[in-house]
Formats: sequence, C-alpha cells, structure tokens
Amino acid sequence: MRRWTPYWLALPAWLWLAIFLVVPIAAMASVSLTTGNLIDGFTQTFSVSNYTDAIAKYSTQLVRSLVYGGVATVIMLVLGYPVAYWIAFKAGHRKSMFLFLLLLPFFVSFVLRTISWGFLLADDGILFGTLKGWGVLPQDFHVLATTVAVIGGLVYNFLPFMILPIYVALERVDPRVIEASYDLYASRLSTFRRVVLPLSLPGVFAGVLMTFVPATADPINAQVLGGTSNTMIGNIVQTEYLVNNDYPTASAISFTLMAVLLIGIFIYARALGTENVLEAAAR
Amino acid sequence: MRGKLGDRALYVYTWLIILWLASPIAVMILFGFNDKQSKSNTSWQGFTFKWYQQLFAIDGLTDALVNSLIIAVVSTILATVLGTLLGLAVGRYRFRGKGVTDFLIFAAISTPELVMGASLLSLFVSANAPRGHITIIIAHTLFSLAFVVVTVRARVVGLDPSLEEAARDLGAGTFTTFRLVTLPSIMPGVAAGAMLAFALSIDDYVVTSFVNGSEQTFPLWIVGAVKVGIPPQVNVMGTLIFGIGVLLAVANAISARRKTTH
Repeated sequence: MRRWTPYWLALPAWLWLAIFLVVPIAAMASVSLTTGNLIDGFTQTFSVSNYTDAIAKYSTQLVRSLVYGGVATVIMLVLGYPVAYWIAFKAGHRKSMFLFLLLLPFFVSFVLRTISWGFLLADDGILFGTLKGWGVLPQDFHVLATTVAVIGGLVYNFLPFMILPIYVALERVDPRVIEASYDLYASRLSTFRRVVLPLSLPGVFAGVLMTFVPATADPINAQVLGGTSNTMIGNIVQTEYLVNNDYPTASAISFTLMAVLLIGIFIYARALGTENVLEAAAR
Repeated sequence: MRGKLGDRALYVYTWLIILWLASPIAVMILFGFNDKQSKSNTSWQGFTFKWYQQLFAIDGLTDALVNSLIIAVVSTILATVLGTLLGLAVGRYRFRGKGVTDFLIFAAISTPELVMGASLLSLFVSANAPRGHITIIIAHTLFSLAFVVVTVRARVVGLDPSLEEAARDLGAGTFTTFRLVTLPSIMPGVAAGAMLAFALSIDDYVVTSFVNGSEQTFPLWIVGAVKVGIPPQVNVMGTLIFGIGVLLAVANAISARRKTTH
C-alpha cells in the first residue's frame, strides 16, 4: 500500500504537466510540419519548408532578439554583480532591507513597470522634456523607439533576477576562505579573481539563465518601448499566431526559438564546465 | 585605506541601482495624481485627486482587474494543491519515474513563456476548446505549479521523518499524521509557493495573450490601451496594489521577527 503513495501524490500534477505541457509542445511540433490554413484545415506533410521559410523570412528578428537578449544579459551581469557583492559581504545586518528594496519593483505589474519606464523616457516626459526646456538637450533628441530604449527596458525589468542568484552564491562563501587568501598574501584583486569569483560562478550561471531566456523571448519591451524598427521574435510569434492565424509558420518559429535557446544553454553550460545543466539549475 | 574607499563607492553604487529600479514606480505613483487634459498622460499638468474618486469609472478596466483577481485566486489554489502533493512525492520518496518528474519540473520552469503560450493555443485550437476564463486558469496553474513544487520540496527535504513516525507510533492514521504533523511543518514552503503562484498569475501577460480568447485581464487591458493612451486610473490601481503588497510584506517581516525574538 505505502509503496504506491508517491504515485498517488504525483499523479494529479503529472497529468496536468503531461496534458498541458508535453502534449501541446508535441502538438506544436506536429503543426509545424503541416501546410494549410485555419479555414481549409491543416494537412500533415512532414515537410520542413515551414522552418526554412520562417527562418528566411524572420532571420533579422531572430538574430536581433538574440543580440538584444545577449547584450542585455551582459549589461545586467556587469551592473548586477557589484550590487550582489556589496549586499552579500558588506551590508551586515541590513542585508534583508537591501534585498527588499531591490525587490520593490515586483510589487508593480511587469507591464505597468515597462510603461512607466516609457513615461520616463518619453520625448516630452518629465526627464527629457525638462532637459529640453532648459536647453540642455536638442529638441529632436529622443530615446523612445530606439534600440537603447528596448535594451534598457530589458535590463531594467530583469536585473533583479541576475542579482539574486549571484547574491545567494556569494552569501554562501565562507568568510574564512577569504581570510585564508589574505593570510597567504593575496591582494584584494587576486583574492576576488581566484577565490570569490570562482565560488560565485553557480550563481552567475543561474542568473544568466534566468535573464537571457526571458529577455530574448520578451515581446513587451519591444512593443512598448521599441517602435516599429525594433521588432523582436516574440512580437513575430504573437502576430503570426494571433493576427495572421498562420499556425504552421508560428509553430516553426516558436520551435526554432526554443531550439536555439536550448542549444545556447547547453553550449554555455559546457563552456562553464558545468557537466549537468539540470543539476546547476536545481541549485 | 583603498579598501574602505572601494566599499563606500560600492555602497553609493548599490543605492543608485536601487533608486534606478524604483524610479518608474515613483513615476507611476506621481502620474496617478496628474490633472491631465489631453489623451496622453506623459507630461505633468497639475495635482488632482479626481482619478482616485473615479477609480472604477472605466468599466473595461474594472472588469479586467476583477478577472485577474478571480483567475489568480483559482489558479493559485489549484497550483498549490497539485504542487504541494508533487513536492511531497519528489522530496520524500524514491520511486520509478522520479528522474522524468524532475525533468518535467525543470521543463515547466525553463520553457520560454512564449513557447508555453503558443503551444497551449495549438492544443486548444486543435481540441476546439473555446478560449476564456478556463483556458487562462489552466495555463496559469501550469506555470505556477512547478514553482510551488520547488519551494515545497526544499522544505520537505529538511524535514525530520522521525516526527511522522512518532505520530504513527502514537496511533495517528495516515490522514491525521498528514494534517497534524506533515502539513504544519511544510506550511512555510506551501505559503511561499502560493504567494509566488499568485504573483506570477496576476502579473502574467505573455502566456495569457495566447489563451485569453476575448477575455481581458489587467495586464492585457493595459497593453491594449497603450496606443490610445493609458488612463490615470491604471496608475491609481497600480499604486494601490503596490501599497497593499508592500504593507503586507512589511507586516509579514515584522511578525516573523517578533516570533524569533520572543
């Protein structure tokens, strides 16, 4: 009787994950190999033409998304690491207060935060409008609807997801290890480079994973901040699915995106020397 | 001496990042008080309380907010029940299929939202299922569930099995043991998972945009309104949600501190 307990416990969630995660992704794979449209129906042709067509048509947006996501991730790493470092090692008893302050934006809806960020950047907004009024900036100066605004929005929205895992990893570093390094006459810089940084790499790994994937696939920042010339792959998938109802093409793009991201994660995991991605992500 | 200077610089830098992250919130709160005359609400035109008085004046927005709350409550309950059970299974037992289960949990967390939404839409279209409340709840339960599993599992792993044995030795049945011993001790994990599920649901845009049909939620309504201009009521609602959330979090932190010091 007790032997079956774990199966009974797991069964409802298993069913949910199987029906609504595994089956749909399999269905999407199958739809991506069909031809046809919503009215006449789709026929299974097993031709990869959807993929070649979609990639040919949208390679600009796909590459742009990967570049934006990658650049945003690097900026987040550079901006976020010092913050995580300071909170983990120097904040003392105020650690939890600083973490709370970092998480403050999460009490506001993601969409609303992005729009407010757009408010700040607006041509006649309180920041640039005022500066233009003072004559500090030229009248035709604008940030909204540029690449800078989109990447800035991505960095703004996902930065806490970079800081937190790095903080968790640094927080676990035993201060005695750092003392030992100083006792052995290592300078501050080489202590950081050869002791602290390697010990924080699992956090960096988790942080990059938690920011790169959502940033690359995010449609909102491009939609709200980007104007017409910064369309990302997320916007394409939405348009193909919801406006054009071209399910075969849309499925093919979604799958290509997922494949590219998965391959990226594995190469990255290898490069970092993490043998098992699952294990690293579970930490 | 150089170390001290570096620390001070990092301290100032940390505050700058925090202020940067908080600045759009300040803008959101401020423009809830903006006495705007034109459609656009981007330039400051004077102070007013009128949007607070007319908070529910826009029917579509109010309906969207109510929808979001209903969907968040229902999907949180579903995800918490399913996730807690699975969390107990993977945290406590060794069984065949545990590896596959771990992979499924990882997949549910790491699948890009876009792919999750798109694939669910494929399923609902091919099953001829009408899109609306139910399909949104199904989707939200799906992406919240795995996060509940992770928080509950962390708690279950740290649990002392001898407590449950003691309960059984004292004659408690399976259900009584669960209700009086297991559940109370994993409760912090369950509560954390439920809060995460609620926050994820009420905030979700991407997945919902695929499976909503003609149903509106708070984030969807806002994005739809961007082109025609966001009414200040959105800022007011955002401000109120922010205020309530922060108050609850602070109250929670204070009561947790009281418990540990007494």
